Amino acid sequence: MSEAATAHDAHAHHVELGFWRTYVFSTDHKMIGRQFLFLGLFMLIIGGLLAMMMRWQLAWPETEIPLMSWVPEPYMYGGILPPQTYNAFFTMHATIMIFFVVMPIMVGCFGNFLIPLMIGTRDMAFPKLNLLSFWVGAVSGVVMLSSFFVPGGPAASGWTAYAPLSAQAAFTGVEWGQHLWIISLIILGISSLMGSINYITTIVNMRAPGMTYFRMPLTIWSLFITAILLLLALPVLTTALAMLLFDRMFGTSFFLSQGGGEPLLWQHLFWFFGHPEVYVLVLPAMGVTSDILSTFSRKPIFGYHAMAFSMISIAFLSFTVWGHHMFISGMNPLLGTAFMMSTMVIAIPSAIKTFNWLGTLWGGSIRFTSPMLFALGFVSNFLIGGLSGIFMASTPVDIFIHDTYYIVAHFHYVVAGIIFALFAAVYYWFPKMFGRMMNEPLGKIHFVLTYIFFNCAFFPMHFLGVGGHMRRIYNPMQYEFLQPLQGINVFITVSAFLLGLSQIPFLVNFIGSLFAKKRAEKNPWQANTLEWTAASPPPHGNFDAVPVVYRGAYEYSSPEVKEDWLPQDRQLATTSTAARLH
Amino acid sequence: MMSWLPENVSTFGGEIDYLFYVIYYITGAAFILVTVLMILFLILYRQREGRRATYTHGSTALEITWTVIPAIVFVGLSFASVSSWGKIKSHPPPPDVQLQVTAKQFNWEILYPGPDGKFGTEDDLQAENDIYVPVNKVVHVILKSKDVIHSFFLPHLRVKQDSVPGRDILVWFQAVKPGKYELPCAELCGFGHSGMRGWLHVHTPEEYAKWVEESWPRK
Repeated sequence: MSEAATAHDAHAHHVELGFWRTYVFSTDHKMIGRQFLFLGLFMLIIGGLLAMMMRWQLAWPETEIPLMSWVPEPYMYGGILPPQTYNAFFTMHATIMIFFVVMPIMVGCFGNFLIPLMIGTRDMAFPKLNLLSFWVGAVSGVVMLSSFFVPGGPAASGWTAYAPLSAQAAFTGVEWGQHLWIISLIILGISSLMGSINYITTIVNMRAPGMTYFRMPLTIWSLFITAILLLLALPVLTTALAMLLFDRMFGTSFFLSQGGGEPLLWQHLFWFFGHPEVYVLVLPAMGVTSDILSTFSRKPIFGYHAMAFSMISIAFLSFTVWGHHMFISGMNPLLGTAFMMSTMVIAIPSAIKTFNWLGTLWGGSIRFTSPMLFALGFVSNFLIGGLSGIFMASTPVDIFIHDTYYIVAHFHYVVAGIIFALFAAVYYWFPKMFGRMMNEPLGKIHFVLTYIFFNCAFFPMHFLGVGGHMRRIYNPMQYEFLQPLQGINVFITVSAFLLGLSQIPFLVNFIGSLFAKKRAEKNPWQANTLEWTAASPPPHGNFDAVPVVYRGAYEYSSPEVKEDWLPQDRQLATTSTAARLH
Repeated sequence: MMSWLPENVSTFGGEIDYLFYVIYYITGAAFILVTVLMILFLILYRQREGRRATYTHGSTALEITWTVIPAIVFVGLSFASVSSWGKIKSHPPPPDVQLQVTAKQFNWEILYPGPDGKFGTEDDLQAENDIYVPVNKVVHVILKSKDVIHSFFLPHLRVKQDSVPGRDILVWFQAVKPGKYELPCAELCGFGHSGMRGWLHVHTPEEYAKWVEESWPRK
């Protein structure tokens, strides 16, 4: 009997797998999804605390950070952050947030949890590869965190690791920290590659009967495209990282000019990965937001095909815009012009998405639940982050704002803004994941505080950028022209602390709800997609019988039925023939 | 927001600021439009008893509208940017004054060619972190790096250019107002990155003549 058939027998008989096989080395996509969620939330706390310490330094330079006097020298001096540690902190903050928070949660957790459930199948195409993907990812996280404890501290050349700064230990004084950073990301690349192959195979081959590509929820579309982006972009990063490691450890000169190498080659390779990576992060957030907006507006998503095609075009174009990170790098100015054009073009599908979200709200019957509020928060942040991107797409304007806090403001509105979609997704699918509802009032408090302090923390960074405030500087008070801006820095820091504290209601709510007595129903939001037809939480194997799909995911308020939702798998007498003909 | 922009003292800085303002107004208008509509929709279409949401899957006319209008705006912005970009980066006017700046961890090394106008001769003058130039003259800077990538940033002159090891990159500017302007490094270059800065001294013709006299005294 084949392995798959044995597994299916196990589903049918509900064989008890024991603690290790159920919770640790599980091949169940739902458990792997939960594991990615816990990994990501744990790393979120570390990444957030690093940001808090940096903000303290920027507001009150070279003063003692409260509660940090225990950190040994030379990492801190009686709680005072030295420049070397500051550089290490922003490097690790970005690395952790991008690779160990947003990717594990948006792609790892929700990708794993939702793909089989939303397309109506029992598990991923390769459950063992899936298990391996998580544990390889976890090893990578351990390697990354271990770099905090090696002599010289963690990598300090920024998350972009521009060569030659990153290519020779003498330039930063970091030896093993940077080695481990490179090794960790190579390992993580292997993990993501396994995940993306699994996602693509599953979506292409295992959709339930009737689930055509253009009946898939936009969440699935976004994860599908994300997986393709990862598959194409990651090998470039892995190659570049290997070359960097060779330069550092074995005396090659890929990126060192004195040996005939080219420092700009690193930037080209890095951003060739790095820009699609931005869309790897933001596409799932867009997909999740589209589904949640539609569900709680009780209205079909506006322009479903436009939404899907705009994501496809973003994916194509994302491989043509990397040079906009390099306008002032010394690259040929004519290339700058070409990359400006392609960057302006990629803004069009993003605009289309925003207008379609507005169109979805128009004429709806909007329910302000916690997931809905966070999804709206994502749209609002993405609007600001998208519009601020147009400034830097214009090459002459970029001369001034490049490498300033304007850029910092922009990518936090986009990437840190994803955290709103992330919270929306957690509140929305928590009942399906853990079989309990999260507390609504606490969720609303969490949203209001997070939304206010997020904007107070990140919006004024635009002002700093317009004032010329460079990013990655340790002490703004060293510059005369920045001293009048110091008040803004203090305001941002206070807001950032409050933003951090605003996450306490979430932690309380999340942990408390895990242990709540009351069980969630199958379909608490009255949503259409297939995951809501399974039990909460779904058992091993997900569905009693594999569902048959008769329509798209967004038939809310359809005139065909009395209720304002119409699940994808409900057979109506009138549509059955139509569905067969389709 | 734009009031935080440092005073512009270079010839092409005005063009950059103009584009900056144009994009600011366009994106500001788009921001207000979308935000007002969103708030309006959230109020108008909140859940109420007895009202059912409109059942619609979209509108092709609207999709075309909001594809074409942004496309026109973005293409327009690109064309508006091209000429300034070419002027600043590709077509520098002939120089009145030339100097070399070599970035290194964590200083700017300045090399003046001296009265003969040639580098690598005996009358070259080397200094650290202080650049002296005359007002209203075209200055060419040959930017080099000794170790890692740095970035030559003159916020008041709207100048920024990375220095790359192994490359000589030409930067030019023409200051229109005498004064002393800060020259920070804008690209992370190591633990001393913060605080790596120099000064650009823009002199009146008289001051500049005096500085030349002091630097290269006639024998």
